[in-house]
Amino acid sequence: MTEPVLRLEALQKSFGALTVTNNVTLEVAAGELHAVIGPNGAGKTTLINQISGLLAPDSGRIVFADQDVTALSAPKRAALGLARSFQITSVLPGFSVLENVALAVQARMGSSFRFFGRASAEEALNTPAMAALGEVGLAARADMLAGYLSHGEKRALELAIALAMEPKLLLLDEPMAGVGREESKRLITMLSRLKGRFPILLVEHDMTAVFALADRISVLIYGQILTSGIPDAVRVDPQVIAAYLGEELE
Amino acid sequence: MPLPTSIARREWLPVTLFIAFALLPVAAAFDAETYLLGLFMRVMIFAIAALGLDLLVGYGALVSFGHAAFIGIGAYAVAILASHGVTEAAISLPFALAAATAFAWLTGLVCLRTRGVYFIMITLAFGQMAYFFAGSLAPYGGDDGLTIHTRNTLFGLAAFKHERLFYYIVLGCLIGCYVLCRALVASRFGRVFRGARENPTRMVTLGFEIHHYQLMAYMMSGAFGGFAGFLLANASDFVSPAYMSWQRSGELIIMIIFGGIGTLHGAILGTLAFLLLGEWLSGLTEHWKMIFGPLLVLVVLLARGGLIGLASQLATWWRREHIHSPSGFAYALLRLVRSLRVWLDAKIIGLAGPFRSRSRD
Repeated sequence: MTEPVLRLEALQKSFGALTVTNNVTLEVAAGELHAVIGPNGAGKTTLINQISGLLAPDSGRIVFADQDVTALSAPKRAALGLARSFQITSVLPGFSVLENVALAVQARMGSSFRFFGRASAEEALNTPAMAALGEVGLAARADMLAGYLSHGEKRALELAIALAMEPKLLLLDEPMAGVGREESKRLITMLSRLKGRFPILLVEHDMTAVFALADRISVLIYGQILTSGIPDAVRVDPQVIAAYLGEELE
Repeated sequence: MPLPTSIARREWLPVTLFIAFALLPVAAAFDAETYLLGLFMRVMIFAIAALGLDLLVGYGALVSFGHAAFIGIGAYAVAILASHGVTEAAISLPFALAAATAFAWLTGLVCLRTRGVYFIMITLAFGQMAYFFAGSLAPYGGDDGLTIHTRNTLFGLAAFKHERLFYYIVLGCLIGCYVLCRALVASRFGRVFRGARENPTRMVTLGFEIHHYQLMAYMMSGAFGGFAGFLLANASDFVSPAYMSWQRSGELIIMIIFGGIGTLHGAILGTLAFLLLGEWLSGLTEHWKMIFGPLLVLVVLLARGGLIGLASQLATWWRREHIHSPSGFAYALLRLVRSLRVWLDAKIIGLAGPFRSRSRD
């Protein structure tokens, strides 16, 4: 097996007396969709924030694309090819849908200290952006202000933004959060298409989605990895059932 | 993507403003020419500084409360060079711009570590530092300021001496600055800068070091202030620490709020309205700020987007009411007054909310 895209080594993070990430070691292999599940307050978002660089871990190492990125800032990690979505929708509400995605393309092309020329008329930015919008089914909304999209559409826009970065790893923080049954089905189809194209670390609450998509599942409880394995193994793991899943999987 | 009609509306206003500025000397030829020319020149010069401030406030939500410092630095650069016998604009202008930009760079490195109210306070602090520093420049007049005996020449020509020619040079500078700001805002750089206001966390995780962009914008904004200072020194033949007072910084903020922030031409309109109203009201009474204050409150309360917002609200109303005849206009006006009263009542009751139930008992 080749070197994993992302490796967390003994990651540790506390807020005061509360340990939110406790000795987490985890790998995402190339082409794999690795899901992290856990009850509310298990430290899933904190974990994602540490990987994307918004929070610094107290100790431990984060290795991404064969490079120790533990000390790198969030923009530097993004420039290396780490894209993420947010649990609480995080788009630019005053920008058009197309501009939201074109900005991601612009970030990837790495030349934003240009002071002249209308950015919104640049085909080099708009064409890849439109392609990403097409993939998530938002092409028809391109000219709308992102703030006016429905919640489900905003979730899709988050995905398009992440896609447009052409990432080496996609971190998805609860992409189904707050989405209705129909929309969540659509998002699952969308994610299953992305699977294999990018390695994905998926943090999710929605069990249907996780068991439909994941190649590997890690269960996070009180900041600690309880167990890690293929979905079928996790499903029947008595520890997991006792600690978290309960009757949900009956 | 804005609609074509809104583009037409957007271009209509700045073009009208510039034409009005251009025609003023012609109209002014019939009476107190120098007075009006001088007044409008001040308007245009402060409009350049206001444009720079609007870049920061309107597009980056960075409320700088020390912007007068940049004007002062630009002006002092001219005066200090002139006192040493250097009166060539080709030297003093780059010097003024460099000084203002350098001050912006130094202070911006510190200011931009903070947000919101803290940013306002720290820019104010730096502005005050510049103010007191200028006041302590004993060799250059200290608190009394410094008279500029010889105006700058432009490549050896005494272009600034000729009032009318200088007026048109300033107008050209204003138009140039406006076009430059529009280009900046729409550019790749401007897009990142605007994005940093909308959602900094998102921008950071996209890979943008937003501080670099904000610092760059802060320096540009400072350069616009320095440019205004350069022109102001030449227009008034005098500099003093008062150019950098915090009241002046506050006035700049009021100008852009009055006109409507985040539109650029709102900054020009606001400067025009502020200085002309101030001039007119101060002719009526010495306590003109007692009239001006409530007026500002009204504009902000009635129209979120300042005068520009008010204008576009009126335009929407005009279209919605399908006004074709004078009588139709009168009816529409009646309806407007009625709905305005209802709205104001609601607002006042809303403001008095906590006390209302008690007063009814």
